[in-house]
Amino acid sequence: MKLRFATVALLAGTVALAACKKEPPESLPPEPAPTTSAPTPTGPTGPVLGTQEHFENAVNGQNVIYFDLDRYNVDSADMAALQTQAQYLAQYPNITITVEGHADERGTREYNLALGERRANSAKNYLVSLGVAANRIRTVSYGKERPAALGSNEAAWAQNRRAVSVVVN
Amino acid sequence: MKPILALLTLALFAAPAAAQDAQPTASQDLGAPVPTVGEVETIEQQDGGLTFTVTDESEWQDLGIAIPGFATDRDTPTPANSSGTAALGKELARVVFNDLKNNGLFKPVGPDALPQPTFPQITAPNWPTWSSRGAEMLVHGYVRARADNKLTVGCYLYDMALKSELVREGWVVEPADWRRAAHKCSDLVYSRLSGEDPFFDSRIAYIAETGPKGNRVKRLAIMDSDGANHRFITTGRSTALTPRFSPDYSKLLYLSYVDGNPRIYVYDIGSGRQSLVAETGNPTIAPRWSPDGRYILYSMAVAGNTDIYRVPAGGGQSVRLTDAPGIDIGGSYSPDGSQIVFESDRSGGQQIYVMNADGSNQRRISFFGGRAATPEWSPRGDQIAFTRIAGDFNIAVMSPNGRNMRTLTDGWQDEAPTWSPNGRIIQFFRTERGSGKASLWQVDLTGRNLRRLPTPVDASDPAWGPILP
Repeated sequence: MKLRFATVALLAGTVALAACKKEPPESLPPEPAPTTSAPTPTGPTGPVLGTQEHFENAVNGQNVIYFDLDRYNVDSADMAALQTQAQYLAQYPNITITVEGHADERGTREYNLALGERRANSAKNYLVSLGVAANRIRTVSYGKERPAALGSNEAAWAQNRRAVSVVVN
Repeated sequence: MKPILALLTLALFAAPAAAQDAQPTASQDLGAPVPTVGEVETIEQQDGGLTFTVTDESEWQDLGIAIPGFATDRDTPTPANSSGTAALGKELARVVFNDLKNNGLFKPVGPDALPQPTFPQITAPNWPTWSSRGAEMLVHGYVRARADNKLTVGCYLYDMALKSELVREGWVVEPADWRRAAHKCSDLVYSRLSGEDPFFDSRIAYIAETGPKGNRVKRLAIMDSDGANHRFITTGRSTALTPRFSPDYSKLLYLSYVDGNPRIYVYDIGSGRQSLVAETGNPTIAPRWSPDGRYILYSMAVAGNTDIYRVPAGGGQSVRLTDAPGIDIGGSYSPDGSQIVFESDRSGGQQIYVMNADGSNQRRISFFGGRAATPEWSPRGDQIAFTRIAGDFNIAVMSPNGRNMRTLTDGWQDEAPTWSPNGRIIQFFRTERGSGKASLWQVDLTGRNLRRLPTPVDASDPAWGPILP
């Protein structure tokens, strides 16, 4: 994690390929940027551009959109969140993102992988319709493999049917 | 007269270094290669002599079978058992006993509750010893260490009422394969008494799971049909899912996130190398073999739309089989390879469809309440097993025309059926509500014999291979 923050400044501005990153985080916790041995290039306050934290702060936590059971359409709340994301991406044209599609545990494994892919693409397509270049948005599906909420109830499942936008670094 | 089949195991261990040089990025999750499957050479075949058929299931299931320890002519050291061939003989009988007992087959009594027959008695049973115990069938066997370290194992089935032999077979196995000889004896007894095809001498690929629900470690693993000879294939650094043994057991298809994306790889068991099944920039999921092993089905998402494709197993041009706007996924060939049953949500929810192997004549076959997913065509061809979603998730079967649907389990989430080689038993995985812990289970077609398969850690995505070659 620290290494990622440290190297982010070097990578920001380049279109990093995802292949070098094995396990993209669902969302990074709002922890402070590392101070030890990290050549922090920007000012003393606030998260660094190019980090997930910077992105989440700027979009006010709206880097995640949620879906109804077995659905993949983008509703009005999702549109608002994605518009915020699109504004951020317009402001920082060197940032690329991965949209991670997820499903709840109440589905069969392979179908959920396909469903997660469909949800990630719904989010991507809406961002593209707002003017974000398609080649700045990668998608990946985790199906039901990476739940955010761990319960086995409607509330947890609603939190897990999601598409998470993650800054590529 | 005794040895009828010989098991010749070839190329047991490949060099571990070979695992690393094939595809550096794609191999970084792989452990050391595991032993390959031995070959079986038939050198003589002989009919059992008597005709004996059992057609009524309830009757043969109630047969009392005595399985005393296998005898040895001379207690000899063997790599298969540190205590020698006499102790190995008892172990062989225990494997046969547990095979039959754990699958709810017959009413077996094992070697730990029975006297030990002598070597000459294997071909000339001491009838009063066994009839006084109420046995209706008697299994005798022997094991001999050969000069070349291999083992000869013989298996005999006697009918106590007739006081005569029903069937016998013998095998020559490498010491490391001694359990296969026991499974072949189980198969001999089971097939002779039930009239069904064998299934014990087979293996299972599955996903071993550890860690908390929010961060599960998932490793590709394989084991014998009774859980013995367990091996991990991947290290767990990357998530592995949905394995499938090739029909000849030489390869495994599975999904790995090793490069950060869901992609299907074909793993060669002998060399420990793997490669991408299809070089596309898109996610590939749900790998399947054709019955002859010549083709691979995979499902690929392009711009979010998933369809089913077929590619020659040796590489080549992919053919797209479905083009519906919904999710078309999975696919399981009929035993003759002419048709494919698959899953699609083109009607709004997951349902089961059949098409010709070239993708033509796609038609829905599941018309009952709820949804239907993960269809698997029985190796006998007469049934399709699937996951029925109607409130809870349960394992069900239906005829290939969609009729005669029967639900066989009643768990909270029972998912992903896979057939035994003879199409009589269905394995699946069960997920526990709350904890998310998964385990392997199996149920027979009557739905009466449900049991959990012991695995070293939690387990999911079972795939039962055919009878070993």
